[in-house]
Amino acid sequence: MSLFDRTAHELGEMLRRREVSAVEVTEAVLKRVESVDPVVKAYLTTTPELARAMARAVDSRLQRGEELPPLAGIPMGLKDNFSTTGVRTTCASKMLEHYVPPFDCTVYQKLMHQMSPLIGKHNMDEFAMGSSTETSAFFPTHNPWDLERVPGGSSGGSAAAVAAGEAIFALGTDTGGSIRQPAAFCGVVGLKPTYGRVSRSGVVPFASSLDHIGPITKTVTDAALVLNAIAGHDPGDSTTVKREVPDYTSFLKDDVRGLRIGLPQEFFAEGLDPEIKEGIFATVKQLEAAGAQVVEVSLPHAQATEAVYYLVASAECSSNLARYDGVRFGYRSSTAPDVQTMYKHTRGEAFGLMVKRRILLGTYALITGNYDVYYRKAMQVRTLIVRDFERAFEQCDVLISSTTPTPAYKMGEKSKDPVALALSDLFTIPANLAAIPAISVPGGYTKEGLPYGLQIMGPAFGEGRVLQVAYTVEKLVDARQRKPELPEKGGVA
Amino acid sequence: MSQKYETVIGLEVHAELRTDSKLFCGCSTKFGADPNGQTCPVCLGMPGALPVLNKKAVDYAIEAGLALNCEIQEYSKFDRKHYFYPDLPKAYQCSQFDFPLCKNGKVTIHVNGVTKDIGINRIHLEEEAGKSVHSGDNILGSDYSLEDFNRGGIPLIEIVSEPDMRSPEEAYAYLTTLKSILQYTGVSDCKMEEGSLRCDANISLRPVGSTEFGTKVELKNLNSFRAVQKALEYEQQRQARLLDKGEPIIQETRHWDETTGKTHSMRTKEQADDYRYFPDPDLVPLIVSPEWIEEVRARLPELPPAKFERFVREYGLPEYDANLIIATKAQADFFEATVALYNDPKTVSNWMMGELTRLLKTSGQEIEDCKVTPELLAKLLTLVDNGTISGTAAKSVLEEVFATGKDPELIVQEKGLAQISDTAELEKIVAAVIAANPASVEDYRNGKDKALGFLVGQVMKETKGRANPKLVNELLRKQLS
Ligand SMILES: [Zn+2]
Repeated sequence: MSLFDRTAHELGEMLRRREVSAVEVTEAVLKRVESVDPVVKAYLTTTPELARAMARAVDSRLQRGEELPPLAGIPMGLKDNFSTTGVRTTCASKMLEHYVPPFDCTVYQKLMHQMSPLIGKHNMDEFAMGSSTETSAFFPTHNPWDLERVPGGSSGGSAAAVAAGEAIFALGTDTGGSIRQPAAFCGVVGLKPTYGRVSRSGVVPFASSLDHIGPITKTVTDAALVLNAIAGHDPGDSTTVKREVPDYTSFLKDDVRGLRIGLPQEFFAEGLDPEIKEGIFATVKQLEAAGAQVVEVSLPHAQATEAVYYLVASAECSSNLARYDGVRFGYRSSTAPDVQTMYKHTRGEAFGLMVKRRILLGTYALITGNYDVYYRKAMQVRTLIVRDFERAFEQCDVLISSTTPTPAYKMGEKSKDPVALALSDLFTIPANLAAIPAISVPGGYTKEGLPYGLQIMGPAFGEGRVLQVAYTVEKLVDARQRKPELPEKGGVA
Repeated sequence: MSQKYETVIGLEVHAELRTDSKLFCGCSTKFGADPNGQTCPVCLGMPGALPVLNKKAVDYAIEAGLALNCEIQEYSKFDRKHYFYPDLPKAYQCSQFDFPLCKNGKVTIHVNGVTKDIGINRIHLEEEAGKSVHSGDNILGSDYSLEDFNRGGIPLIEIVSEPDMRSPEEAYAYLTTLKSILQYTGVSDCKMEEGSLRCDANISLRPVGSTEFGTKVELKNLNSFRAVQKALEYEQQRQARLLDKGEPIIQETRHWDETTGKTHSMRTKEQADDYRYFPDPDLVPLIVSPEWIEEVRARLPELPPAKFERFVREYGLPEYDANLIIATKAQADFFEATVALYNDPKTVSNWMMGELTRLLKTSGQEIEDCKVTPELLAKLLTLVDNGTISGTAAKSVLEEVFATGKDPELIVQEKGLAQISDTAELEKIVAAVIAANPASVEDYRNGKDKALGFLVGQVMKETKGRANPKLVNELLRKQLS
């Protein structure tokens, strides 16, 4: 097995046993990027020198016989909305094409302490708005399982990179499913932790109250390892919670005896691909056979999910993106005679269509008179959705559903239809609104050979339980038997 | 003001808090640093940088609230107020909209012998904007403008009064009282020249007897308390003239022009920004525990109203004196320190309000920065008391102390200002004066009392004013009888 095909957990053990050096691992991944990224197009920027320097540092530690942090020498990539000092952070937008942050986000600092080499920055939907990575201002990313299909989004570059062996793991952001949906489309694991579990400091926001940061990995074990590294209270993010971080690997037990698994009926209604539905039910049956108890539950306000999400996300986005005015950083229109026109031209020229649509919608929802009718009402319904989940978790320990209604679709198929795009997020959005942990693990493959995801949701701060069930599902499905086959073209990424 | 209309005034005062660091980041708030030398990703609004609330600023705002008799709210929150302006890096200002930190306060003012309470609707915390520096004289005549964000993010409190003031004089009294209270707590410098205190005014007129409010006009660019008063006086007349003619008042924001002494329209209600307030999702609600409030209350200094009463009661000062002495905390402290060393409050008050105030005004200094200390003033007054120097000499000694900070005794010695109270020495001089002025002696003996004054003057002349006048009188009478 090639080094780039291995998991973080495996590589960590190999490094500690001195079977391989960190430089060898990093070079293998860099070479993989060179050979397949011309077709996958997962990276917006690569940082081979940074990666090599970190790998050498890991090797000299190894040589001195010093202890290594769990993720030392494991090459990773970051979605291009994570601020990295000296490395441009574009959010896949023309607005920030040449923007180089003067500071690091908290989670990258944590990964540097882990001595994890940064391979580069991943393509995404512009400002994380989209579900296919087609709204990137630069180019779309391709699904490694079928290059004519989308990798999902908005963390599509990250999921595709991990699936293609161009990074051993990645960090993405998830506002309405942007980690889990691409993980499902690309056949990898994507975890969205509880809101407040991982610091958002330094990660460019889309919608602050819905944005979550989490790992995209090859296995559930790797997800637990990465979550261990990034979780915890951050004095720099007031919304993080002062609460002890358990060792998430301690939950990795292939044992679901006595666990109550809830099936939210609203998630299995029309619109769900029958093949996926069948596959999920089959896995649930196996869990039942393994000793779990299965109960049907209801989330009565599920039908309001989409409306609430679009209002809250757009309102916060219209505010968060107001700062891109051409005054201090980023793109500035050169055609304006005065400052007011400069604002208009700058924003008109440098934002893509999807971003503009959200800003307009959000601005409209917040103006005097509309605030009560739209934003406040949306926040009230959001509270009802939170209560739905609280009630559901009185009846069960975790909820299981499909991550997405369909497997990855063809590029260009839905990008022109915002309504169809929105529907693809229906199963993932509720966990963002409720701020609860949710993971997507590979659930199997369609007859066409496309992967799909199984989603497990847990109560707030129940990441451990979610990982435990995910670990069991992973064993049952054994999806890593298959790998995407990619033409190795070579050349510069 | 005509008797037809009643004037209704409400004021919004912004005061910068004297914290060491900004409201949402660790940057210094020191005045006078290099442009943008005190900035960071948070106060520059860089993507992804998050605010973290400065507890000290909350502490100061609570203190201001308590000093102004407000109810401190256990729950308050921060909201984003949106508008585009180059000095506003995030294109929104973090402020408090529907749940401010302090509510329902009051300030007691005294105008023309009448005492009145002015209600305070609310006090909320918010962040300061940066500063635009234009290449030309003003924004319109400039090729380009530069931005300095050192000020951006400094904590402000906005104090919103109720529309309780009925004249520009009341507005002026409210402002001076408010400033004095804030300065006593030390939470703000309240320097209008440095912009650490700013004021906007709302004014409307209504027919006398009416309980409904008239259409209000907001006044901006009021750069001093006097400007507030003058602008309100102008606006009061302008609105009265319009009403007299039956013309409507337009709800608008008007700009005060100090040089022309007039206001002119800036923008109407229709042109005003829609701020699109909504709760800042990057900050959690601000919860203030009752313990926290009590902790701040416990350290509140004695405030002007209480001090005024105590000065009248304890020191027996006339109300006029007490009011002047307590105007600033530094002055009140100086007074008490001096009285502790020289126990004659009225004399201390006279010297402070008279000579010392004159010297301070001439030099433009503040009492806390000048070279006269309570110890030096007390010493000087003791020298007058024990007859070492005359009252006239004391004035010149104070001038010298003010200029040099030297000990008054040393000055008296160096300048030879001590009175001659040596009887033997003075007897000789008196004898000589009597011998040299037989005509006046004759007059005195013939009952002309005035002649004695002349003879005293001659003795003073001989001694260059240093003779103890009381003693000279005594000796002259004795020798002439
Ligand atoms: Zn700062």
